[in-house]
Amino acid sequence: MSSERDTPFVTDDTQVQTETRDARMTGAGADNRFNSKLREAFGSSPFILTKFDQFMNWVRGSSMFMLQFGIACCSIEMMHTYSVKHDLDRFAAGVPRASPRQADVIIVPGTIVSKFAPRMKRVYDQMPEPKFVVGMGSCTISGGPFQEGYNVIKGAEEVIPVDIHVPGCPPRPEALIYGVAKLQQRIAEGESSPVTVKPYELEQFDDLEQDEIVEQLADQIDEDDLVMRYNWADSP
Amino acid sequence: MSLEEPTPEDGAVEVLPTEGDEIAELLGDLVVDREEHVNAPGFVIRPDSVQETLRRLRDEAGFDHLSCVTAEEREDRYESIYHLTSFDDRQREVSVVVPTTKDDPVSESAEPVFRTADWHEREAYDLIGIEYDDHPDLRRILLPDTWQGHPLSQNYDQDRPQIVTLKEWENPLADDHREDAGDTMYVNIGPHHPATHGVLHVKTVLDGEQVADVDPDIGYLHRCEEQMCQTKTYRHQIMPYPDRWDYASSGLLNEWAYARAAEDLNDIEVPEYAQIIRTMGAEFCRIASHMLAVGTFALDVYGDFTAIFMYAMRDREKVQNVLEELTGQRMMFNYFRLGGVVWDLPEPREEFFELIRDFLEDLPEAVEEYHDLITGNEILQSRTIDTGVLPPEVAKSYGATGPVARGSGIDYDLRRDDPYGYYDELEWDVITEDGCDNFSRLLVRLKEVEESAKIIEQCVELLEDWPEDERNIQANVPRTLRPEDDKEIYRAVEAAKGELGIYIRADGTEKPGRFKIRSPCFSNLQTLPEMSAGEYIPDMVASLGSLDIVLGEVDR
Repeated sequence: MSSERDTPFVTDDTQVQTETRDARMTGAGADNRFNSKLREAFGSSPFILTKFDQFMNWVRGSSMFMLQFGIACCSIEMMHTYSVKHDLDRFAAGVPRASPRQADVIIVPGTIVSKFAPRMKRVYDQMPEPKFVVGMGSCTISGGPFQEGYNVIKGAEEVIPVDIHVPGCPPRPEALIYGVAKLQQRIAEGESSPVTVKPYELEQFDDLEQDEIVEQLADQIDEDDLVMRYNWADSP
Repeated sequence: MSLEEPTPEDGAVEVLPTEGDEIAELLGDLVVDREEHVNAPGFVIRPDSVQETLRRLRDEAGFDHLSCVTAEEREDRYESIYHLTSFDDRQREVSVVVPTTKDDPVSESAEPVFRTADWHEREAYDLIGIEYDDHPDLRRILLPDTWQGHPLSQNYDQDRPQIVTLKEWENPLADDHREDAGDTMYVNIGPHHPATHGVLHVKTVLDGEQVADVDPDIGYLHRCEEQMCQTKTYRHQIMPYPDRWDYASSGLLNEWAYARAAEDLNDIEVPEYAQIIRTMGAEFCRIASHMLAVGTFALDVYGDFTAIFMYAMRDREKVQNVLEELTGQRMMFNYFRLGGVVWDLPEPREEFFELIRDFLEDLPEAVEEYHDLITGNEILQSRTIDTGVLPPEVAKSYGATGPVARGSGIDYDLRRDDPYGYYDELEWDVITEDGCDNFSRLLVRLKEVEESAKIIEQCVELLEDWPEDERNIQANVPRTLRPEDDKEIYRAVEAAKGELGIYIRADGTEKPGRFKIRSPCFSNLQTLPEMSAGEYIPDMVASLGSLDIVLGEVDR
């Protein structure tokens, strides 16, 4: 960047900034390599002033590690979202991690049944904070087509908090991408979801309220075993 | 037509009892009563003569395939129905009906005769509540151990609370080992694990590095498919559910299983034109399903997420495009109707045929690529050849079907042996491989993709030349179907994973009285302990991949 020697000394630094920026972006011999929308937004100064929280949120939203977590039909469409044609990786969210300890987003792709819910809760608990949940498909919203089943949890929200619901049976890959993009936007804006349903919790067996079913099972379950109690009649 | 009738090799035709009366003679006074099912003669026997009856039918009448065990609760009794057929001639069928009393539902187990009865009877115990004497390991299979009540029995209260535990599993062999002979190690695989193809839990015990004991623990996706079908009407409401049994894009194949059973139950004739469309659509589903099987198998065996998995997905996308044109959906098609299909081919037809032709044209090259990348790969070969060996006798005893059976040299394919649709008019071959190992099962799938392409090509030719005024896509079917009370049927089709059978008992209403799904994956998965005993963990994972299970169908 060359500056004219006969330019008078200017004290108004906003003007300096403006001129320098203009010179950089449009002036003769301008170096185009660094010009970008980002540069335009930043102005001449290579420094950004932002709140640390905001910065972290932006980073989180722009580099999401998904948990490789397949449950049911939706996981087939989820695999298609990860692979060729749709390629979720383009949106900075396509690295499936096999271990929950390395992941920050869990996509719940399918019907959750009584036997699986405690395991899913455990997997969710193993993910480091901050963590986000995308519920994929009708089953994670309400139990979907299987809602009336004796063994089906009426939505993932009964077990873990869900940030984004993607409806569909199954949702198309485009819909999942839209859901992930919405999640990224929410993260960048620092929003989080309130828990709307009182979830089923993992509790110690002896902490449960004594009633008929607890008595029946007393000889089968140890007192300190973790259990999940389903009150089907109270389900939404 | 290349579909030769299976004939005994030496020409000396051994006459086996097939007709009801012949079988009745063979069984003699074991038979208490006779029933007539739509598909087969039924024989009612006493609950304590199950093993003798089945053994006699297997050894003296050649009924060597226990296809399915259905259990149900009736007003006055419990019933277990053993659907027997033969690997050599699928059209020979017999049902053995075992009633037990309400207050003491105990019946003899068939496990010593047919190994496959092990899981089927556990399921019957779990969902219906019939107990089986002499069963090696009668405990719940689909529902958690602590479940109260049997959900498909009458008077089950669905609203009662249930408690499910999350506990550490124990090493079942811990007490077995001797102090000086080393220790066994317990490894938990699943239910959340990338190599288990869904939510399967494999309890594995290792002795050194070798697998000493494997127990597949299923039920993590048991979403009450049978209950759902029992609470819906025949005409329209059941059809969406089959799509979700085997969801690895086998939708139309599953729909066909239900359509075939329900059509035979209600005496519905399907127009020829609709049968051709069905055949074509079903073979597309088979290709998509085998592509996924091959892609994930390679992913399991040599961790190739970048190349082969992506190639398989690329080809699946093409198949899904065709299916989407045809049915309007990528996965859950809901395209079949009783008596035909929901709508005709998309207009303009030429473009649709063009799309299919393009796909078929590219397919040989794509398959060649798979052979280069997978079957020609030395790593894969050394990992899969001679691992996961499943001898044909064992496979038969476990009721394995589909590519798993054909990879063990069992020449059994329902499309040929019990023809339905338009298959017997077309030119194609049943693929078998004699290796009995993981590699053979892979080869069978890849070759079947080519056979399916042949079938599709012939269907397209037929459809192109079909006269415009004869394009009849649906038979005239009443709005409400009420099959007669007590009419029973068991019908199966060749789905991507094997024999997918449906048992329906009508109760005179517009909903089935009992709807039972015989899932091929359920039976195939039972062979896993047999295949992996004494092998290494990675070989067990390879065997699991080669079985190509879909948990939605295993658990239903």
